[in-house]
Amino acid sequence: MRLGRVFDDRTRRAVTSEVYRRSRDVRGGVFRVLLQIALLVALLVLAILLVDTVTDGWSILSGRLGDFLSGGLRSQSGDPELGVFQGIRGSLWIAVFVIVLAFPLGIGAAIYLEEYAPKSRLTSFIDLNIRNLAGVPSVVYGLLGLAIFVRGLEGLTGGQSVTAAGITLAVLVLPIVIITSSEAIRAVPQSLREAGYGAGATKWEVIRTQILPYAAPGILTGTLLSLSRAIGEAAPLILVGAVTGFLGGQSGLVDISQLQERFTALPIIITEWVQESGRDRGFAPAAAAAIVVMLVVVLLLNSAAIFLRNHFEKKR
Amino acid sequence: MTTVTDSVEMAMSGGGAVPQASEAPPAVATAAGGEAFPPDTVFRVEDLNCYYGSNRAVRDVTMDISEREITAIIGPSGCGKTTVLRCFNRMNDLIEGARATGTLLFRGVDLYDPRVDPVEVRRRVGMVFQKPNPFPKSVFDNVAYGPRIAGSVPKSELPDIVEASLRRAALFEEVKDRLKDSAIGLSGGQQQRLCIARAIATNPDVLLMDEPCSALDPISTAHIEELMHRLKEEYTIVIVTHNMQQAARISDRTAFFTADVDAETNSRYGLLVEFDDTERIFSNPSDERTENYVTGRFG
Repeated sequence: MRLGRVFDDRTRRAVTSEVYRRSRDVRGGVFRVLLQIALLVALLVLAILLVDTVTDGWSILSGRLGDFLSGGLRSQSGDPELGVFQGIRGSLWIAVFVIVLAFPLGIGAAIYLEEYAPKSRLTSFIDLNIRNLAGVPSVVYGLLGLAIFVRGLEGLTGGQSVTAAGITLAVLVLPIVIITSSEAIRAVPQSLREAGYGAGATKWEVIRTQILPYAAPGILTGTLLSLSRAIGEAAPLILVGAVTGFLGGQSGLVDISQLQERFTALPIIITEWVQESGRDRGFAPAAAAAIVVMLVVVLLLNSAAIFLRNHFEKKR
Repeated sequence: MTTVTDSVEMAMSGGGAVPQASEAPPAVATAAGGEAFPPDTVFRVEDLNCYYGSNRAVRDVTMDISEREITAIIGPSGCGKTTVLRCFNRMNDLIEGARATGTLLFRGVDLYDPRVDPVEVRRRVGMVFQKPNPFPKSVFDNVAYGPRIAGSVPKSELPDIVEASLRRAALFEEVKDRLKDSAIGLSGGQQQRLCIARAIATNPDVLLMDEPCSALDPISTAHIEELMHRLKEEYTIVIVTHNMQQAARISDRTAFFTADVDAETNSRYGLLVEFDDTERIFSNPSDERTENYVTGRFG
């Protein structure tokens, strides 16, 4: 039987002209192009920034990277011992404080808010305020750090020290840690909780064996992003007394005796050198090179986050 | 001799020896009120009211659930079937603002007595949910979960318990080579049987099933129904279903619930219309509303 007998040509042509009609979804097409432009602009800005910075700092990055990583703050850009070692040390110590203080406190608070706290007015008031805290400008946290951790608790922190700075930044990212962890815990399906309780588990067992493993990838992503934020902050560090000029005492990376001493950090060094470059042009490439170093540190932390997240995702 | 009631009461308030209510000799136990509690009655419900906040969602339910029988709860949506079922293992405790009044005795013990630990109740009254909800863990770990957290068995016995539970759930032959694989990879029907295996691994007295087949295809449904017939030898089963044919096929007793509207507050509530032998409910019900529902003439 030939096709023409079943479907006569006229019908087929009519249907063809209807179903072959090219998409009239013009608005959809425009929207799609706009989205692509948005993505392109974001990527372009990032690429320009990266290329520009690496080009500026190339003389140092290619010429004396080793010395630059182990060198310290100097007043002349031509000083062969000019480098960012003290900044790396300060930033890493700050990261340690954030991990040790903000992560457990923030994740703990999130678990309490999501699993234990009764759904009352007070709880939603607290929730709202944590969200507001996450939007408070970082300078304000610097003032808080200056008043409480530098002056108020001077005996404990040693005043303008890396301890005071670390605690300040831990407090700064605490609301972000709580919010992202809360979201991750809220995303755990209710059916999983019911399955746990239905099998005779206590609340603690359900949280430990079901909720936390399921929420772990989300919690990790959020908390480690907040760590990147802490490492990039400069404003609060200036207020709690980060050193911008000469900083003595060339001790190792993990020298605990340094914790109560004056300190500096990578974003501080960058700010300082950019300012100095007006007086001494040699500081411009140094600042660019320091930016690259900081980006690498942050990227390393982020890839650690991605690695851990994939690890936990495979397990869940 | 320890009575069933005593051992249940002791175990649920945290004291006493390892309870094996289902293996204890049947004896005339004494209810909390002092009257005799029939040994073949598992749950006695008297004037049970369930509230969500101030809304009385289910009113004045009275029924007895007998040992080693399948009791089906049927009725239209919103009639409180699931709410009542979830009282039997205190699952409603998880919902903020939910509470119950009236009497709910489990083997003579008041389940809503403040001394009762809901966790212990749930170890004796297992539950299978509407949507299969295996843990995102291996098949083995799913079944071993209950015994592990109960800490009642040595680690070396876990493989035997897992195998026995999977066999009783008619799943072992299908998964014996993939016990270490994630349970998420199983089909829907297999997942639901896995959930049944998980529920019976703690050796409960009762199995509650909340529309266990509503997310499954007819073949998996037939599997589960067949399985329930066998499980009834060892367990008391209470099943909520919106499938009347299913209730007629598998249950010994049927409770018909319906929803009504309170004239004063204009809020919907559920109530028990009729509770009788399944055969009678479907062939010769005494209430007109039941007859209308089971014959499909429900408004």
